Order: sequence, then structure tokens, then C-alpha cells
Amino acid sequence: MSSNVESLSFGRVSQLVCTTALAVTIATAASAQTVVSLMHPQSTPLVLEVWDQLVAEYEAQHSGVDVQLQFLENEAFKAKMPTLLQSENAPHIFYSWGGGVLKAQSETGALMDLTEAMNADGGAWKNSYVPASFESLTFDGRIWAVPYQLGTISFFYNKELLQKAGVDGENIKTWPDFLAAVKKLKEAGIVPLAGGGGEKWPIHFYWSLLVMRSGGKEVFTQAKNGEGEGFMHPAVVKAGDHLAELGTLEPFQAGWQAATWPETQGAFGDGKAAMILGFQNTEIGQANAAADGKGLAAENIGRFPFPEVEGGLGKITDTLGPLNGWAVTRNAPPEALDFLAFFTSADSQRKLAEAKAIIPVAKGAEDGVTDPLLKMSADELAVSTWHQNFFDQDLGPSIGRVVNDASVEIAAGNMSGEEGAQMIQDAFELEQF
Amino acid sequence: MTDTSANAARPFQLSLPLRGLGKPSTMGGRWPVLILFLPPALLLFTLFVILPMGEAAWYSFYHWNGYGAPEQFVGLRNFQVLFNHGAFVTALKNNGLIILVSLVVQVPLALWLAMMLAHRIPGAVTFRLIFFLPYVLADVAAGLIWRFVYDGDYGLFAAIAGFLGVESPYVLADRNLAIYAILAVVVWKYFGFHMMLFIAGLQAMDKNVLEAAEIDGATGWQKFRYVTLPLLGSTVRLSVFFAVIGSLQLFDMIMPLTGGGPSNSTQTMVTFLYTYGVMRMQVGFGSAIGVVLFVICVTLAFTYKRSAMRND
Repeated sequence: MSSNVESLSFGRVSQLVCTTALAVTIATAASAQTVVSLMHPQSTPLVLEVWDQLVAEYEAQHSGVDVQLQFLENEAFKAKMPTLLQSENAPHIFYSWGGGVLKAQSETGALMDLTEAMNADGGAWKNSYVPASFESLTFDGRIWAVPYQLGTISFFYNKELLQKAGVDGENIKTWPDFLAAVKKLKEAGIVPLAGGGGEKWPIHFYWSLLVMRSGGKEVFTQAKNGEGEGFMHPAVVKAGDHLAELGTLEPFQAGWQAATWPETQGAFGDGKAAMILGFQNTEIGQANAAADGKGLAAENIGRFPFPEVEGGLGKITDTLGPLNGWAVTRNAPPEALDFLAFFTSADSQRKLAEAKAIIPVAKGAEDGVTDPLLKMSADELAVSTWHQNFFDQDLGPSIGRVVNDASVEIAAGNMSGEEGAQMIQDAFELEQF
Repeated sequence: MTDTSANAARPFQLSLPLRGLGKPSTMGGRWPVLILFLPPALLLFTLFVILPMGEAAWYSFYHWNGYGAPEQFVGLRNFQVLFNHGAFVTALKNNGLIILVSLVVQVPLALWLAMMLAHRIPGAVTFRLIFFLPYVLADVAAGLIWRFVYDGDYGLFAAIAGFLGVESPYVLADRNLAIYAILAVVVWKYFGFHMMLFIAGLQAMDKNVLEAAEIDGATGWQKFRYVTLPLLGSTVRLSVFFAVIGSLQLFDMIMPLTGGGPSNSTQTMVTFLYTYGVMRMQVGFGSAIGVVLFVICVTLAFTYKRSAMRND
């Protein structure tokens, strides 16, 4: 019995020694490599393709660096980040929507303050980006993320369907114009709008843009900072009423309250709905989501900015859209910053723009935007009088989700503009101390 | 009557220590076992159940987004907000509704099918397998499948509506209908599990008692009501217990189906916790929901065990 045990343990020991030796060999081989990990929620194959090319290019130039892209699905990404950032396994670089969430993260000390790196050499790195791209990545003068892309939300329409209903998309300038177009489409038996009520945020674009058009920058900024009447400002309430008015026309596709964003884009791409309020890259989005994988031809898609409201304090040139960046965690190696500088350089950004994936933030990459629809968005952003980050990001995850909830409830006719504003104001007050 | 099942188990329990120690079990024989086997289980239970629960209870008194350490003490405010939250009230009602449907529809249905399939009739095994199949599916997969079934554009419902020439319904988008659509899936998903419990119970039953009833001239219904059902008592009580606890935990099937929408009409307590606690990074508030859910579960489980399952 005992000899048996001995022989067993000897076998174990020799096995252990072998494994350890092997592990040590691997470790020494790997130690020549610095790993830079990057976590993102990007799932569009077209974008990932360009990313992979850029990573390969960088690794070819820097043989000692291994850049690892790690994917997490959008919701999971947002849910996991708080835990991850407090652990040893935090990724070196991660995707950020800026605004309230990034601010909360920066206050924990888990992030690297990029101000010095950006301002080194007379601000060489910082100056390589369009100044507006730092807006929601900077708090109290400190920079917390490297800019990646800018975007704008606007209406896209199916030219053929609008023509059939006798509507001229290019002439929709005001909210009454828009409502008239919706009515005309309905009369022609065409579903006017594709809306993603299931995920809620696609509907919050309507409320946000109506608030921007109705109240303008000052009213929103005041509400955000808890000044004056907050979200109970008459202009904000009025914005909700405008949305409620749209809701009474029942403009969305059947079943919109359960529709996901891909289904919504699919409804537009399949020609089942005439218009969609969507991202700058709606063209590739609808093609991806369409039943035939092709969707509408680019020449059949028109675009117009969100219309003005009567007596509104905002301008039609105010834009709402994403402002994304890459946040860096405290313990990231210097290579992480070097990679990001490369990844967001004018050359890299031009490649992404050429793939219709982004509107670049790097100076000198603008010429990469060749696609006419994307160019319209880019041009609008270039002359934007006020660029606002998404409300649900800017206001932080908690109030942001309430904005999403309220938007859908208003559009579904379950709430008035005032009740919606009250719900948001209540959530806002709960957050204050 | 219930003693039959207890008797069946007892000799087996006794035989183990007899064989192992060569003498009847005494405290002296039990201590090594206790010392050897209790600490690991106790440690794991403390580490993964008691500590997290305690932590959640602590967090529930804070306003905290999950970053850094909780610092803003708010007392009972999270609970106050919770009980005044319209969606939480809906979630509670929905949980109640799910329990009700489980008890009134699911368990009787399972019992009825089990009565038919417990006997060695041709095709019984095949049907057992078919009815049990939904339970084998992962909850998320079942949710995704049914989302497609209910889909008004390309789903089965759309096809049926098209065939009948009526306008296709969007049940998951209708806040008055969505919860019933979910209830249907819940019944579909879990009746097979309860059916299997009942079949096992029926097969373990002493056939002589039934035979005696038959000789006494009992009708089919009388046999079921006065012989089978009482003998199955412990299985029924267990089945009800599972149904109640399962209803309280319902989450992963709802997320792919409706995500709690439209207008929070299909929230359950756990989806409410996820939507309002995790997704909104309100860890303090989420913990408060967790604590309430825990208290409800523990109270239900203990009262039920103490009252209904006292003799099982």
C-alpha cells in the first residue's frame, strides 16, 4: 500500500516538474511580449475587419506587443464594467460613451488621467483631434479617454415610399411638416416610421431631439445641473407633448413596442417603414439587418436633420449623437497609449471612414468620408452649433434609463409630456445628495 | 398511508452505518463524519450564500453605483422607493399570477398527463420524452424560440394569421397580452418536469391498494380521489413547492421574450432587480430588491416546509 502511494506521488512529482518546466518556458517566451488588452462591444463584422487589420499592422511594426481585442455584448459590457474595473483583470483599454458613466468611473481612481500625455510636446497628441471630440470625455479640465468617433442622429427615408405618398423629404423642415408627412404616408397605407420600442433607447432620440429643439442648450444644461425648474421646464414638457402628438398618429410599425434595434433597422431596410431616426451609419446598419442582407440601395435613401419646433429655442444645426472614446485603466502599460495613438491616428481613422464605419475625430481624416450619406452627417457635424452626447449616456446610467422609459411611455400614449418630465425629474432628485 | 414511502427509505438509511462500522450508529461514530464532512460544506455555504446575502443587506442601506466603496448612507430610502415603485408592484403581481397559473393549470395538467403515461401503454415512453423535452431546453433558448413563434412579421403566429386571413397579432408588444403569452410559455416549459415527478410517484405507489379499492367497487374517479391522490400527497406537495420557488426565480426566459416590457408589464421580481439594479448601476437599490426577494423566498419556503410538508 505504502509503496503504491510513493510510486504514485513520485509520478505526480515528476509530472509536476515537467508541467512547471513547460510553463516556465512558455512564460519566458511570452515575457518578451507586452499584452495590451482592449475590451469593446462592437459586433458589426465590417468594423471588426478594419480593426483586425489595424491591430495586425501595429503588431507588425511593434514585434514586442500583443494587442488582444475582447468582445462583450453591449448590455453585458455595461453591466460587467463596474466589477471588472475594481479587479486585477480590468482590460487596459475599454470602449466608452463618455458622459456620466465615464465621469463616475474616473472618480473611482480606476482610470488613467490622460491629460499629461495629451498635453506633452506642446499638446501634440491632443491637437491631432478635432477639439469638439473631447467634450464629454473631459471633466474639470482633465481628459479621461482618447477620442474615437463622432456621430449624429437624423432621419433617413425611403425615397420611393415617400414619393408614392407624395411627400418631399427634402422639404421637411419643421415639426408640423413632419407630422403632415406622417399623416400623408398613413393615408397612402404606408407605415411612416420604424421604431425600436423594445430596446427603448431608439425612441429616446425623439424625446432628446425634441427637448434640444424646444429648449436649446441652456434649458438642457440647466436641467442636467439641477438648476431652475430642471426637467419640469415648460420647454421640456412641451417637447414631451410634441412626442405624444406624434404618438397619437400611431406612426410606428406594428409591434414596435417589442422591436429590437436590428428588427427596427430591418423594417426600414425591407421597405416596411418609410422613415427611421437613426445613426450616421444607418446605410450599412439597414443593409445588415434587412431580410435579404442587402436592404435599400444607397441611392434610394434620403436624409434630413431633425426638424425644428415652433417657438423653439434650439437650432436645426444643433446635433445629437455619440461621442465615443477609449478609456485607459490605471495599470495599463505605456504601450497601451502608444497603440491608441496609432489606432486613432488620421491614417487609421481614414480607413475606418472609408469603410463607412465612423465619422473620424482625427484631424486630416475627413477625406476618408466619401459615402454621400455619411458625408452629409459629417458636414453637419463640422458646422454643429451644439453637439450633445446621448441623453442616456450624458445623464448617467440611472437617469438615462428613466429617460428611455419615459420616451417610450409618451410615444405609446401611456403618459403625457408632463408626466414623463415628472418621472425624469423624480429620478434626478433621487440621485442628488 | 404516507408511512409507506417513509418505511421504504428507512432500512436503506440504517444499512449504511451498519455496513460501514459494524455496529449501530452512535455519537462516537458520527463525530469523525461530522468533522470531516461538515466544514467544507459550511465554508462554501458561508462564503457563497451567507456572506453575499449579508453584503447585499449592508449595501441596501446605501446609495451606491458599484464603483469604489459605498459611502452615501440613505437608511431605508431604497426600500421606501422600492415599495412605491409602480413596476415593482407589477412585478409582485406578476409573480403571484405565475404562481397561481402554476398551481391551477400547470400542476393539474402535469398530474393528468402523468396518470395517462404512468402505465405501460404503447407509446407512453415516446410521449413522456416529448412532454419532457421543453424542460431540457435552456431557458434562454426556449425564450428565443418563443419570441420567434410569437413574432408578428416572420413568426409562426404571423404565418397562422396569414393562413386565416386575419391581421397578424403582436402579442409581445401588447402590454395587456404579453404576460399571458409568457404564462403560456412557462406552462409549456415546466409541465414536463412536474409530470415526471408525478410519474415517479405513481410508479412507486403500492399497486395492491388500488387493487383492493377496485375489488371494493370503487369507480375511476373514486380511486383517483381517495387512493391515488392521498398516496401521491408528498409528491404533489413537493411539486407545488418547486412551482412556487421556480415562479419566484423566473428570469432567463423573460429576458429574451420581452425583457420585462412593454411598459414593465411583464416584469418579475428578478427581472426588476436586473433592470433597475444591475443595468442602471444602482447596486444599493438592487441589493434592497435582493433582500426583499430573499425574505419572501425564505418566508415562503419555511412556512411551506413547516406546514404543508411537515410529514414528508
